[in-house]
Amino acid sequence: MTGTKPPTGRPLSPHLGIYRLTFTFLMSGFHRVTGAVLYFGMLIPIAWLLAVATGPEWFDFVNSWLGTFLGRLVLFGYSWGLIHHMLGGFRHLIWDTGRGLDLVSIEIFARATIVGSVSLTVAVWLAVYALGGF
Amino acid sequence: MKFRTPLGKVRGLGAAHTGTDVFWIQRLTSIASIPLTFFLVGSSLYLIGADYEVARAYISSVFVAPALVLVVIIFLWHMCIGMEEIIVDYVHSPTVKFASLIFNIMFTVFLGLTGVYAILKISFGT
Repeated sequence: MTGTKPPTGRPLSPHLGIYRLTFTFLMSGFHRVTGAVLYFGMLIPIAWLLAVATGPEWFDFVNSWLGTFLGRLVLFGYSWGLIHHMLGGFRHLIWDTGRGLDLVSIEIFARATIVGSVSLTVAVWLAVYALGGF
Repeated sequence: MKFRTPLGKVRGLGAAHTGTDVFWIQRLTSIASIPLTFFLVGSSLYLIGADYEVARAYISSVFVAPALVLVVIIFLWHMCIGMEEIIVDYVHSPTVKFASLIFNIMFTVFLGLTGVYAILKISFGT
């Protein structure tokens, strides 16, 4: 392991700070951030499964917590993150084939990702409330 | 020997025949995650308001339990690679970096085993 100390006082190459905020830039960031949030969000389904495995008391306890306003808010965010990350992933899979890398396509993809994820999430939650129960 | 560059050392040795596996697995797990995401969202909708016995019966069904195990394994594998990518991008101090990389693997493996254990316990009874 070669530990190199960063030389101090030397100019660094410019990073995020100097660029104009574009839609594609924002969606790239969203993809990474939703991925990171989903990482910790995975605790929710695992905790729920564990509650079912443990018994009715824990099942009711976890469900009642998820049913609170905060619980619903977290679940709403989790579902949006999941859907957004999936749609963002579609773009990456298309790009992996070498297609859709031109400026017009990436702009369309970026807009479709956010419009798609928001409308799909709303659709899912309309279904949630249509199914009552929650 | 001391003055040889890393490039000079490997020249002529041929390709490493490895290095793209992480890239490949991330794509593989992402493709697998597409139907699994629909399955997870669909299952969640189905289980809204379900009481304990209904949830138990659903999870232990022969079609659902293996798919749920797949959700846990595929999602966590994908997550592990993704978080590793983020760590090596932003964490520069070797101590913090290696601590994070170790924690990442332990966290995902622990969570995965817990999830699979829960599904199996539900499926095969207490």
